[in-house]
Amino acid sequence: MAADLVLTIVLNGLTLAALYFIVASGFSLIFGLMRTVNMAHGALYLIAGYAGYAVFEPLYDQDVWWAWYAGVAWGVVVAAVVGTVMQKFLLGWMQGQELRQALVTIGVSIIVADQLLAFYGGNPRQFFAPDAIFGASAVPGVGNYPTFRLVQIGIAVAVGVALWVILNKTKLGLMVRAGVDDREMLAACGVNVPLVAIAVFALGAGLAGLGGVIGSTAQPLSQGMDGRFLLIALVVVIVGGMGSITGTALGAVMIGLAEQIGQALFPTYSVILTFVIMVAVLALRPQGLLGRATP
Amino acid sequence: MKTKITRRTAILGASATAVAAGTFKLAAPAIAQNAPIKLGGVATLEGPFATGGQDGYRCVTMELERRNWTIAGRRVEFIRESSNAQADVALARARKLIEQDNVDMILGPLSGAEGIALRDYSRTLTGKSIINGSSGAADTTLRNPSPNFFRFNTDGTQWMAGLGNHVRRVMNIQDVAIVAGDYAFPYAQVFGFNIEFCRAGGRVQHYWAPLGTTDFGAQIAQINRSNARALVVVHGGTDGLAFMTQYAQAGGQLPLIGGSIMADATMLSSRGPHRRLMVGMISGGPIADINDDPMWRDYVARYRARWLNEGGFQSPSIHGVNYATNLQGIIAGLEAVSGDLSGNQAAFQRAMSAAKFKNPMGADVSLDHNRQAVSDIFLNRIEERDGRAQTVAFERARQINQTLGVPEAQFMALGAPSRDNPGCVAA
Repeated sequence: MAADLVLTIVLNGLTLAALYFIVASGFSLIFGLMRTVNMAHGALYLIAGYAGYAVFEPLYDQDVWWAWYAGVAWGVVVAAVVGTVMQKFLLGWMQGQELRQALVTIGVSIIVADQLLAFYGGNPRQFFAPDAIFGASAVPGVGNYPTFRLVQIGIAVAVGVALWVILNKTKLGLMVRAGVDDREMLAACGVNVPLVAIAVFALGAGLAGLGGVIGSTAQPLSQGMDGRFLLIALVVVIVGGMGSITGTALGAVMIGLAEQIGQALFPTYSVILTFVIMVAVLALRPQGLLGRATP
Repeated sequence: MKTKITRRTAILGASATAVAAGTFKLAAPAIAQNAPIKLGGVATLEGPFATGGQDGYRCVTMELERRNWTIAGRRVEFIRESSNAQADVALARARKLIEQDNVDMILGPLSGAEGIALRDYSRTLTGKSIINGSSGAADTTLRNPSPNFFRFNTDGTQWMAGLGNHVRRVMNIQDVAIVAGDYAFPYAQVFGFNIEFCRAGGRVQHYWAPLGTTDFGAQIAQINRSNARALVVVHGGTDGLAFMTQYAQAGGQLPLIGGSIMADATMLSSRGPHRRLMVGMISGGPIADINDDPMWRDYVARYRARWLNEGGFQSPSIHGVNYATNLQGIIAGLEAVSGDLSGNQAAFQRAMSAAKFKNPMGADVSLDHNRQAVSDIFLNRIEERDGRAQTVAFERARQINQTLGVPEAQFMALGAPSRDNPGCVAA
């Protein structure tokens, strides 16, 4: 295989990993830090996609240059609001009951998917990136490469850095980390723990929303994407390790690369490769590559 | 004297009527003829072909409405189920229709592997029929056919009739890359294309991807570096949209040849950069948006009047027309036996096997000994007409059978279409 082809495929893997990271980071945040099994993460992706599209399309028709940005912003806001409502009214009062939370969120995701199908129908949709980031750019060693895929990497890095700063350098991050270790003690210190939980959930849901719009620009937006991205988020977080942002990034890179290299070498079985990685990690290091072993 | 209806007499009267009705039913089986015909539907309202499934139901509903929900004097009760293009899901929904809803027959499914699963299921049934919806895998009827499974639409191999020769001889292209879904229906389409193309001296490189693939980056990179002179795209639904969008983004330039569900209203109605690339695409299939036949013009006009304001396409999709064609087969069968499904549907099934009619395209349809349709195939080019991209028929091959005119024994000897047997045999 020619060197430039290998480089292109690796770059494809990395750009796909960037998308997976954006979606999975929110899941990792909620699952890893709050121990909330949010099976409706994919539903948040779908809601943001459709909500964002509803804002994007009329603006795009009017040829407004900021149509896509408005779609992104609206998608993130709607997902964050839906996430807040879910945490406040459904999940907050069953904190710590993982099975119950899993069942409730699965229920929510089924209802959401059916409502979206009834309302928007089955037609696939797709966002079109603004002209500035559509088309191809020259990449050394690769040649012309879709610009938007490179932008995905930029967004993913920005999300990763922002999350690291929030968790490690801010008071909110301090409270979140303390809450993971000892919820009662944190509450006893006068911190409004349910409010912190809502903030984390809104942040995680907002990231799912960001993933929803970015993902629907790179790939079609259609019914069934919720299940697909929930599965990817699960695999990425399991491989990378729960609650570790670096682990999520590592997991996303491994899954993204595996998918693209598999597609190039043995397309029929490329799906299996992803799960082989997951099974291997679960067998050898059940807490994930960078996850903390539960005490 | 005034009769006063108390609650007691009312209940008494009602139960007496019920008992009477019960005994009458026992005494005279003829009453079954007045009971509604229960028609079950399986189509994909979820997954990659959600749009196609929806359109299938649109065309079925339109025809049943036109007949005032009555066929051969019996009312029709249409019970819809949804699948997601996966065989196991389609099978579960079909079982539910047969076992719980007690339907007389099923119209469906939509996708290739689903069709094979329901063909196998139909063999286990007595007194029930499964009539295909829009699935187009060749082996559903070609190998190991089931006596209870009927398909009035042509299959994926038939839809490619004439296309391979056109690309090799008229377009004079020797090397093509084929991208296709890795399941039964694309196997049939690729097989149909290759049979002609390779026999005429063409060379082919295949790129298979599982149904539901959304990132084709690696394959597109390989195609753009290969020596292919044209690209044959046998994807459909969201896979097709994803592939075409990413191919456009990666600056793809090759002339495009489309599979039957690629060059279709479902793809052309979605917005995006892929539409620019698709103008000029050549494809083969059982329908064309622009086909100068009065039946088709009338059908399109009725479809638009009924559905354009309710989410329908500008012109019915291939899946919509296939569902409508198969429903015509059911109607022809029911009318021939005056709606009588007794005797384990034996007479009804014989009538369906012998049915002859014209489908919405104005093409003659009849069934072969495997209960598989023989009908007309169109070669289409995508052109901008009335401000939108449409498929325009430029050639029509009449009465194409399932083996593309090759003697059956010889065709069977080529083996079943699969990713390892894509039908590329040089002459």
